[in-house]
Amino acid sequence: MRAGFTLCAAALTAVLAIAMPASGAEAPKRGGTLTFMIPADAPPSFDGHQEGTFAMLHATAPFYSTLTRVNPENPSSTTDFVCDLCTDMPQPADDGRTYTFKLRDGVKFHDGTPLTSADVKASWESIIHPQEGVLSPRESYYMMVDKVEAPDPATVVFRLKFATTTFLPALADPFTFVYQKEKLEKDPHWYEKNILGSGPFKFVTYETGQSITGVRNPDYHHPGLPYLDGFTGIYAAKQATRLDAIRSDRAAAEFRGLPPSARDELKAALGDKITVQESDWNCGSLVTPNHAKKPFDDVRVRRALTLAVDRWHGVPALSKVADMHTVGGIVFPASPLAATKDELQQLAGFWPDIEKSRAEARRLLKEAGAEGLSFELLNRNVDQPYKYVGTWLVDEWSKVGLKATQRVQPTGPWTDAMRRGDFEVVLQANCRAVPNPILDVQPYLPSSVFTANYGNFEDKDEVALYGKMLHETDPAHQRALMREFEKHSIDTQAHEIWVSWWYRTVPHRSYLKGWKISPSHFINQDLATVWLDR
Amino acid sequence: MYRYIISRILLVFPTLIGAAALVFLLMRLVPGDICLVRLGSGGTSFTQASLATCHAEIGIDRPWILQFLDFLWGLARLDFGKSMWSGKPVIVEIATRFPISLEVAVMATVIAVVIAIPLGTISALKQNTWVDLLVRTFSIAGLATPAFWLGIVSILIVLDVTQAVFGHPWMPPIDYVPLWQDPIRNLSIVMLPALTIGYRYAAVSMRMTRSAMLEVLREDYIRTARAKGLIRRLIINRHALKNALLPVVTVIGIEFAFLIGGLVVTEQVFNLNGIGRLMVLSVQNQDYTLTQALVMVVVTIAVLSNLVVDLLYAWLDPRIRLA
Repeated sequence: MRAGFTLCAAALTAVLAIAMPASGAEAPKRGGTLTFMIPADAPPSFDGHQEGTFAMLHATAPFYSTLTRVNPENPSSTTDFVCDLCTDMPQPADDGRTYTFKLRDGVKFHDGTPLTSADVKASWESIIHPQEGVLSPRESYYMMVDKVEAPDPATVVFRLKFATTTFLPALADPFTFVYQKEKLEKDPHWYEKNILGSGPFKFVTYETGQSITGVRNPDYHHPGLPYLDGFTGIYAAKQATRLDAIRSDRAAAEFRGLPPSARDELKAALGDKITVQESDWNCGSLVTPNHAKKPFDDVRVRRALTLAVDRWHGVPALSKVADMHTVGGIVFPASPLAATKDELQQLAGFWPDIEKSRAEARRLLKEAGAEGLSFELLNRNVDQPYKYVGTWLVDEWSKVGLKATQRVQPTGPWTDAMRRGDFEVVLQANCRAVPNPILDVQPYLPSSVFTANYGNFEDKDEVALYGKMLHETDPAHQRALMREFEKHSIDTQAHEIWVSWWYRTVPHRSYLKGWKISPSHFINQDLATVWLDR
Repeated sequence: MYRYIISRILLVFPTLIGAAALVFLLMRLVPGDICLVRLGSGGTSFTQASLATCHAEIGIDRPWILQFLDFLWGLARLDFGKSMWSGKPVIVEIATRFPISLEVAVMATVIAVVIAIPLGTISALKQNTWVDLLVRTFSIAGLATPAFWLGIVSILIVLDVTQAVFGHPWMPPIDYVPLWQDPIRNLSIVMLPALTIGYRYAAVSMRMTRSAMLEVLREDYIRTARAKGLIRRLIINRHALKNALLPVVTVIGIEFAFLIGGLVVTEQVFNLNGIGRLMVLSVQNQDYTLTQALVMVVVTIAVLSNLVVDLLYAWLDPRIRLA
């Protein structure tokens, strides 16, 4: 059954990507300028090491190289990693604790300076061990790295504290731009306001808050690439503006993802001039109960919250209006570590019989003295899919007699309320780049381990279980541990109420080719393989 | 007259300080801060030390009173500091956006004046005729229609009409270029927003012109002018309209000040990188320095446009003495 479910997931991913341009079959055409929309307002800075927003990444990824990356020809895979600046993906040595990368010859930054291992080391040091006064939100993501060494100009060595399967996917993170050592040493904040990389495109201009442009880098280290002469990214936070721009061919695409209604609108207006690529998204919605507030300190109440939600029927219905599609557990559905449908149906909230599940929820609430409980769901002032999911959850909870109301807040006050513990239950999202399940489930750990968990609980068993899983290198054992962790986190203790995975829909002009959808809007955005068929 | 102007200009300063204190306080009373937005919105883990570093870097870890004094000292030197969000000088952030907001505001004002005053006057002169009814319907529709909705509809109409006529949809470019770089492209970008805003603006001014004209036309001096045989055009242009324009000018002044910084949704609909959009962003991001500076700019424009309105009063009605 497990194999069947995995096969189905793989087949689904393949089928959903049917609209992928057949770049292998068609000879790419050179030239042209791609105009695309960036569905956001201007990012705070250009520094990939400090930022976590696609608004920065979509604008700047074409200017940079990374050491390794997700295979741009196969970005929907969760395990296919290839070199960008290195020559070959290394085999680990020293019992899985040492990875040695050889760098390509002749790679140059856009100012003509050669790129050496010293630059790679300096860049990774700024991510893993940032200087005082420099922010690095991914520091904890690389807690397995002990040292980065550059024994000669063409070699980079990563020495790990322990062997782990999480390292290579983490290394392919698209935010890990390779910067120039000299610039970083002179001013660690230089890259916040300046762009200098070795990627497929050279920076031309940035009109503050409006657009960014780049031109082809003729010295790019991947021969023959990029195909485009240049690109322009235009910021537009308003969806209607972006749709109108695509419809009138002022722009060819936006790469983050649009809701189903937008896809249908473009298809209806433009027919086969629009190609749609779709994929499960390595982002999901979850509810965190505040264990410091009664009665959410009671596991029976938390379990009732998850038991009341009918995911098997609700999510397909929601998918008609919101960016959601696949029911899954806490691991990205296409990953080998993901739960099968059978395994999932053993977990609270995923039982196939919703009436039985809700009866159990009512029993638990009665036993906990929380029948007819009224509470507030803190939600974020973002339409897709927060408000849709929030409204749906309120309705689901009402079916077991719970009376929930929503408090919708802009991002700042929403984050502040969570940090201050000023909420009863909060709707959040867990949105990751390269699927790396063991690191991706870190947000479910207590705040003593993962500071952005606002559930206000401590759970030594969960932390110990996570530690075992992180250090486990055997896939079968790792999978078994993940099932234990999942059950503990969203069922036995119900520290989190996992809702559903998001779904990524990218409609674009059919003449845009060579771009392939991935499970994350952060991946595969350097535009090197993109070409225009017109 | 000059004393009046100088005293009005001097009054700008206490007004600015009052606005500065208010916006400074209000921004800090909103829960959260810019560092939480930057660090926390992506759901990534961040430590208390990272938060403290961020606070220290942008200076919001200092006591409020020091921050306020710094702000006032900067204001006195016209140095608004750096945007807490982008790290760029605030003056650069505003200077990038100001021309487009100003251009749209000026064009919308011109459109409004060109439509409102003739139609408002005709409506008053033809009171209770079909012409009056038509003009009133036109103006009430303008008042009832939100500019952003009109904006969306106008874009859709352009898209649908061009698709029907030329076989492929067309809309104006969405990346702004200054007027002096490419006038045609610039005007094609700015024309639709200016028209949609100008229509609502014209509707307000039209109603005001009509009612002011009706009132003035019933005055004794108009009757006297008619009785002494003055020709109708002279009565209307020289005696009635000039006096009726007093409240209209007031409305135009208030609306113009609003247009700089107030076109939040319209700027989003047309993807105009203007002051209104910047204001919303800076408030959302809790970028204190930028919000404070923007409020100062908008307040200054409001005060100055009121001053211009007062000066126009004296020109329109010489009985008014500005002293």
